[in-house]
Amino acid sequence: MIRSELVQKLAEENPHLYQRDVERIVAAIFDEIIEAMARGDRVELRGFGAFSVKKREARVGRNPRTGETVSVDEKHVPFFKAGKLLRERLNS
Amino acid sequence: MSNKTLTRMDLSEAVFREVGLSRNESSDLVERVIELMSDALVDGGQVKISSFGTFSVRAKSERIGRNPKTGEEVPITPRRVLSFRPSHLMKDRVADGNKKG
Repeated sequence: MIRSELVQKLAEENPHLYQRDVERIVAAIFDEIIEAMARGDRVELRGFGAFSVKKREARVGRNPRTGETVSVDEKHVPFFKAGKLLRERLNS
Repeated sequence: MSNKTLTRMDLSEAVFREVGLSRNESSDLVERVIELMSDALVDGGQVKISSFGTFSVRAKSERIGRNPKTGEEVPITPRRVLSFRPSHLMKDRVADGNKKG
């Protein structure tokens, strides 16, 4: 399933809403999750999973082409862990 | 970093603010989005949300694990696991937003 198919399905189930509004609703949900993580917050959706931010420590890396050492700054990366219910549904 | 945990309620609130729907309808829509994504993953194996990320299901075959307490070898049954690959947009926003200073 891709984003437009999700919008399409929701629009079919909610004939009283304009497709344009359904698009805005879907965007609002995903944007809110991204904005939360950009602030360092977690988003926990029971049964589905949790989005969180993990810190990667600064390290000394190597340019694989030249073998030269380079320092890599500390950074934060998004992380998702599937919820218990979804994990169980995938395996039943 | 504020380190809060958001829930379905906060997502419903975001929908409520964005479109002029009731709080009840907003929360039903959030729930439905989560259900449709879960169902698609269970039956189809992939959900691709442009500018957000891709959820995909991978099949893992049986392997031998070990009970860490007893050292005993036990088979780990084949299973399906979910992985998430964030979009570039998400990675950039998360990296920039959490940069210190």
